[in-house]
Amino acid sequence: MKSSRLGHEPDFLRRHVGLSPEDVAEMLEAVGCETLADLMDQTIPPDIRLGRELDVPEAVAEAELLATLREIAAENRVWRSYLGMGYAGTITPGVIQRNILENPGWYTQYTPYQAEVAQGRLEALLNFQTAIIDLTGLEVANASLLDEATAAAEAMCMLRGRGRKRGGDVFLVAADCHPQTVGVVRTRAEPLGIEVRVAPPEDFSFDERVFGALVQYPATDGRVGDYRALCEAARDAGSQVAVAADLLALALLAPPGEFGAAVAVGSAQRFGVPMGYGGPHAAYIACREEFKRALPGRIIGVSTDRHGAPALRMALQTREQHIRRERATSNICTAQVLLAVMAGMYAVYHGPRGIRRIAERVRAQTATLARGVQAAGHALVHADYFDTIRVRVAGDPSTVTSAASAKRINLREFGDGTLGVALDETVTAADLDDLLDVFGASPAEPCDPDAYAPPLGRRTPYLEHPVFNSCRSETEMLRYIHRLEARDLSLNTSMIPLGSCTMKLNATTQMTPVTWPEFASLHPFAPAEQAEGYERIARDLRAWLAEISGLPAVSLQPNSGAQGELAGLLAIRARLKARGQERRNVCLIPSSAHGTNPASAVLAGMEVVVVKCDARGNVDTQDLAAKAALHSSRLAAVMVTYPSTHGVFEADIRDICAVVREHGGYVYLDGANLNAQVGLCRPGDYGADVIHINLHKTFAIPHGGGGPGMGPICASAELASCLPGHPLGAGASAEGAGPVAAAPLGSASILLISWAYVALLGRAGLVEATRAAILSANYMAVRLEPHFDILYWWGAGHGRVAHEFIVDLRPFKKTAGVTEEDVAKRLMDYGFHAPTMAFPVPGTIMIEPTESESKAELDRFCDALVSIKNEIAEIADGRQDREDNLLKNAPHTARSVVAGEWPHAYSRERAAYPAPWQSQHKFWPSVGRVDNAAGDRNLVCACPPLEAYETPAAPASAAP
Amino acid sequence: MSQVPEDLKYTMEHEYLRETDQPGVYVVGITDYAQAELGDIVYLELPEPGDSFAHMEAFGTIEAVKAVNDIYCPAAGEIVDVNEAVHDDPSLVNTDPYGEGWMVKLRVDDVSEVDNLLDSVGYELHIDGG
Repeated sequence: MKSSRLGHEPDFLRRHVGLSPEDVAEMLEAVGCETLADLMDQTIPPDIRLGRELDVPEAVAEAELLATLREIAAENRVWRSYLGMGYAGTITPGVIQRNILENPGWYTQYTPYQAEVAQGRLEALLNFQTAIIDLTGLEVANASLLDEATAAAEAMCMLRGRGRKRGGDVFLVAADCHPQTVGVVRTRAEPLGIEVRVAPPEDFSFDERVFGALVQYPATDGRVGDYRALCEAARDAGSQVAVAADLLALALLAPPGEFGAAVAVGSAQRFGVPMGYGGPHAAYIACREEFKRALPGRIIGVSTDRHGAPALRMALQTREQHIRRERATSNICTAQVLLAVMAGMYAVYHGPRGIRRIAERVRAQTATLARGVQAAGHALVHADYFDTIRVRVAGDPSTVTSAASAKRINLREFGDGTLGVALDETVTAADLDDLLDVFGASPAEPCDPDAYAPPLGRRTPYLEHPVFNSCRSETEMLRYIHRLEARDLSLNTSMIPLGSCTMKLNATTQMTPVTWPEFASLHPFAPAEQAEGYERIARDLRAWLAEISGLPAVSLQPNSGAQGELAGLLAIRARLKARGQERRNVCLIPSSAHGTNPASAVLAGMEVVVVKCDARGNVDTQDLAAKAALHSSRLAAVMVTYPSTHGVFEADIRDICAVVREHGGYVYLDGANLNAQVGLCRPGDYGADVIHINLHKTFAIPHGGGGPGMGPICASAELASCLPGHPLGAGASAEGAGPVAAAPLGSASILLISWAYVALLGRAGLVEATRAAILSANYMAVRLEPHFDILYWWGAGHGRVAHEFIVDLRPFKKTAGVTEEDVAKRLMDYGFHAPTMAFPVPGTIMIEPTESESKAELDRFCDALVSIKNEIAEIADGRQDREDNLLKNAPHTARSVVAGEWPHAYSRERAAYPAPWQSQHKFWPSVGRVDNAAGDRNLVCACPPLEAYETPAAPASAAP
Repeated sequence: MSQVPEDLKYTMEHEYLRETDQPGVYVVGITDYAQAELGDIVYLELPEPGDSFAHMEAFGTIEAVKAVNDIYCPAAGEIVDVNEAVHDDPSLVNTDPYGEGWMVKLRVDDVSEVDNLLDSVGYELHIDGG
């Protein structure tokens, strides 16, 4: 990756950073600085500055980078993998791949907190939930979890929360669950004091300590079991059963909801989402009605807007960790929205008949293989199967595995003379003949198995809703996907200035390799020598993240920031145990921390002690010192965010770290705000022991509308041996904390995006991006300061903000009855997505522009806010009504402004076209303000009958 | 301005108690001020008759659209009745906190604990002070 004068010019920096040199000059003048260097000196405490260049490679040009990636892709060897274990080959319909997975209109969306500009994705997620509810036979499903293994762990926590009155502390896990699922469940159970008993399901005994059980359906070795009696025994004992079920199998098999399960979990990967060497994929969790308020993660629910029309939004948000904090039973924050959208669309694309046909074909192929293998003299371990058989080989199994290798085929080896073969929808007749040949069998006659006999056979229908029965042609499918996309505001419309979310450019070149077959089609448990390309990506990325964070040991496994937090705290816990200091379990957390911090601490078995913040929003160092001293003998860790959640570089960060270390604790640094630090200062240098890095913030993985995310952790050498291991990967150690995610490299395929981001910007570009992010935030803060109170400036003189800042809207509540929500909704009328609302300070908004926006876009956003300020002034001085005004009625839909009657004191034009730039382009919110309370009181989380949409919305005369 | 009826007792955490005909038995709910602060209430998790709680132990959970709070037991005692109506329609707590929006009836172990709670004047001072 060398560039010479004759090579392509590595000019990605000017594509990534939105500011031109002229922009920078004007903005520096506005903030009152001579140079960018001056601004950095005034913004970042001098005692933590890096003071040298980062040791990462020079930038490369985009075209050269793609050529290098082609070489790396060729180092992966994609054999035909029949390994199963929760990962299956799948055919991503082209119309879904190009128009969703490869479409920034979908992948650059933010989490749908602002429902009125997210109705498309919310409908797609409701389709996903409906498909899950139908296929599992349960009543409520959420909008996805990170992977099947963590979903199983969440099910455990959920059942335990319900059974707490009984005091049970034992969770039974079937020995024939996928090994990575058992591993993650064990990791998660240990700090919570849950005893995991792994046993064959037929040996389960529901004594009074057992609060729940987990079985796999079909089992990891393909056996299809009848769990009716097991569920009944559990229920009789006051316990509950969770079933990890394969979605495609449920097209033919009796669903968990019909044989007595309380919860079902699983992966939706084989619904059109590439394996990608482990992810990202959407996992699902579904439950019976009575457990719905204990369901973790995000649930999409049906409500109405202020005109009475159906509208969707995230339901029951108060259960989320960010509100429950240390009382949370889950720290889940990110979902896997993009992948859940794809899986839901796969169900729309195929419909019930298509899904059933795929399932029947896979089963027929499996039966053909089974019969042929038996005819060749081998034995089946289980007679009842769906897509996976386990074969006891007659003679030496290595003759079979060698024959398989010769044909570039991976089989699963159980290590006891038996081999597993798992089929999927990609298998062709020729593949089947090759498999038979590998087992020494002759090509068999196609076998058409009878339907499963009761009780195993499925009798109830699924996917009957019209949405799954109306997109038969690709034309219809294309238009449906586009129709939903057009309802959502993403980065291809305008900036999304969400504080603490870092919605920067997700460059096309970075996304390009993700769908190349050499990366997309690799099974996560394929032998390491087939994945050397991925190994190279992982090796580079570990080295670069270690250099950027100043912490040498890196685990790429965690699938989200919250999972990184848990993995980091578990590493601290493991290290304390190794030092014989298990009694240390107090975790200090500032009151300003993101809500996942205390939730993660509780899940890591720690006791949360809250540290105060002072009036300027900084950690109260006296309170910290006092509490560290008070809990000295039990101090495990502090969790601190830097720059702080208030958007300032606290000057005392070194002291904060030092105090905790003096008392024998470790420093966990929340890396959510790393975008303000890259190349300027390093957590490892100023005292952090472990940090998680949100690759979906700082390192350009798109937000996908609420996932995927990645939360790798970087740790000190002391903690290196305590990072997550994996039962099926290298790096598992006795001292370590076990796996936190299903796959050894987490969502491996999107590591490519962050790898490409670092390679394209290179050592000089990375720090330039950081500087531009800090300049952009300071410029906006200075521009808005004459109109609004900006909270928390830092440093001498006027003061500076970091890469984000807080605008105080509380005064307007008193003067005009206007809340931050009203301002957020009014911004939609201007074509903008709201900043972060009410975090970390209620009644405020937090703005993070990132480095990727031009000065013109920053100005446009500032102009919109100032214009809204003037509208608020009209309310305050009585020129607009306090209840019927531009803000309270926002957002204004197209339908509402064309209504026959217009009862408002302001004009239709002001309502919908308040800013001059809107003559060029107008983004219309598709629904009016959504009624959250109505939907939460009456939770509906599956597609409503179509008639609901036909009800004409009330005319605008009733309510605007 | 929030209503603070004079005939009730109050906690610092915004629960109220009202005497009933039965000695030692009190109706417990949350105050008008508390419901207004919480906003639209969407769900209540309440105990069952026969459950006992210590002084200021959480006996239930109240979920609004933007917040979730524990409800604390104002005095040690046993739950003797639960308002099924608010369980089915939590908005009653918003519309009529001191009437139809009551939550449980509590038989307190030691009536003197109730005497130590705030009266309406004390509670008004409490909410005015933030």
